[in-house]
Amino acid sequence: MTSLRLDGIVKRYDRALVLDHVSFEVEAGGFLALLGPSGCGKSTLLRIIAGLEPQDSGSVAIRGTVVDALRPAERDVAMVFQSYALYPHLSVRDNIALPLRMRRMTAAQRLPWVGRWLPGSRKLIKSFDAEVARMAELLGLGELLRRRPGQLSGGQRQRVALARAMVRNPALFLMDEPLSNLDAKLRVSARNEIIALHRKMGAIFVYVTHDQAEAMTMADRIAVMSQGRLLQVGTPRDIYERPANLEVAGFVGSPPVNIVPAAALALPYAPAGAVTLGFRPEAVRLATAETQGGLPCHIQRAEYLGGEVHVHVRLTAAPVQGVVVRIDAATGPSWAEGQTAWLQLDPAVVLWFDGAGTRLAP
Amino acid sequence: MTRPARMEAQIAWALALPAGLLLSVFVLVPSLIVAAMSFTDYSLAAPALHVVGLDNYAEMLADPLVWNALRNTLVYALVMVLGASGLGLGVALLVARMHRLGGFYRLAYFLPAASTMMAMATVWEYLLHPSVGPVNQLIALLGAGKVAFLSGTGSALLTLAGIGIWQSTGFNMVLFLAGLSAIPRDLYHAAAVDGADTAWDRFCLVTWPMLTPTTLFVVVVTSIQALRVFDTVALLTQGGPARSTNVMMYRIYLQAFQNLRMGYAASLTVTFLGLVAALAVAQTALAGRRRAA
Repeated sequence: MTSLRLDGIVKRYDRALVLDHVSFEVEAGGFLALLGPSGCGKSTLLRIIAGLEPQDSGSVAIRGTVVDALRPAERDVAMVFQSYALYPHLSVRDNIALPLRMRRMTAAQRLPWVGRWLPGSRKLIKSFDAEVARMAELLGLGELLRRRPGQLSGGQRQRVALARAMVRNPALFLMDEPLSNLDAKLRVSARNEIIALHRKMGAIFVYVTHDQAEAMTMADRIAVMSQGRLLQVGTPRDIYERPANLEVAGFVGSPPVNIVPAAALALPYAPAGAVTLGFRPEAVRLATAETQGGLPCHIQRAEYLGGEVHVHVRLTAAPVQGVVVRIDAATGPSWAEGQTAWLQLDPAVVLWFDGAGTRLAP
Repeated sequence: MTRPARMEAQIAWALALPAGLLLSVFVLVPSLIVAAMSFTDYSLAAPALHVVGLDNYAEMLADPLVWNALRNTLVYALVMVLGASGLGLGVALLVARMHRLGGFYRLAYFLPAASTMMAMATVWEYLLHPSVGPVNQLIALLGAGKVAFLSGTGSALLTLAGIGIWQSTGFNMVLFLAGLSAIPRDLYHAAAVDGADTAWDRFCLVTWPMLTPTTLFVVVVTSIQALRVFDTVALLTQGGPARSTNVMMYRIYLQAFQNLRMGYAASLTVTFLGLVAALAVAQTALAGRRRAA
């Protein structure tokens, strides 16, 4: 069963086309990362899924039902915002319980002071407390329930935002760069926490990020976006090894994929119509002596990173800037500036692109 | 203190000096002189002045007109603070949502705050005139009896409060608009996802709590403005009819510049200043406690 389905979503702000016929599907229990540079429309797309903004055309279906006419609260979605968007005047406990209060209590029961004495209120409040306690335990917030968001650290706020989103077991989780306000160390642990929560909850996660490492490590599928267009949807391995075009290839991988004009190298196994070729930094070998089919190059600089070394080289045949080869620090020889080397491409993993930047099947 | 720290402190004092000097000359020293004057029988009509101790304050406590003025001032302030803050918020909420005509309404509501009360009072006097005023003509057209806005003992103070509200609403609207624009949009989005469907829900959950600091500021500023009411009273009712619009500032003015009893007027001023200051401190303390909680 397809659980989230977007069909030809188009969105314009004034004249500018922000989303250009975006369509994709996410299976039940899937974790999709929306990856793209800032301003590519991914956050707008998320808000359209949530119902916070209307699309100009196209439709959103959740669990097979078109939800275009439904308000955000009726779509059974929860959202975690980049700013966390916690209610600053409410305690952590009240923040987490809020979605339950808004849904399960009547307007009269929600009145301050009076509401709690109305019939049924106390029983509901008790049940909320139990669910808040469950969330607090899951996310390690037990000690903080009485505090206000202003008294919490960034990581704690982020966990409160997660708890508030999870407390009513939504079918769909939308996250808008939830980790970008955390420092690097915290980000890695929060990443693992979100992956664990996804396993536990089995809900669909749609996760917006501009950080390719987050997308690669967390998601089971990645949707790469650029300038309002969906470039490719696939598993992290698809995106990395079989990118649809130059743009996608350049978006994932660190150091980035090396791009060289195909004509300059005149490789015998180049497919017809190939204009550029790309190779990942780890998909080549560097040799000190001339090898069969090896491309001569000069070492410009070697960056030692502990486990690996990034060697910057300049190909004699195609003197483009910034070609980087990744080698194992333990086994590889040590390279010095100005040294001559031979770069050995593996034909099986070379990526070929035509003049429009589309990848050619080998 | 280390040397650089002392240097910095000296520079800070030097930079604060011009403002401090001006504040002393125009606020602190005159206030002290008034306070000193309140213990004398200083009069613009008498050649000499004598220290009379607390006599002025004793007279004040026994003066029914002072108590009447205090009561009228507080009623005026209460009506005006509630009216001008509530309307200011309401108008701000409406104007903030407007795209096309927003600028026009902002200007229209703000105009009274920028106009001179002297001129505007004349306009109001005409508008509310019992026989030729358009307001009463409109009421007559609707079939109701004439309303003696400024000449009825029951209605004069409320009419003045209404004019005060008319003048302050626009300014409060601007303050509330600034407060509204500072509320993060994400909070409204979170509220919508969390189930706050109606405008009332969103107001209770996001707008009102987020506007608390603005509201407190507006209430403090409007109360101080309301307690100082003088111009409309002096121009439109002169404290009447039957002293129903006799307010503190007008009382002080009468004692000082008509009865020429500067010493007595000074004691009224000092007492009233104390009351206003206490109110402002109490409101600010309340705001501080709210923020700390």
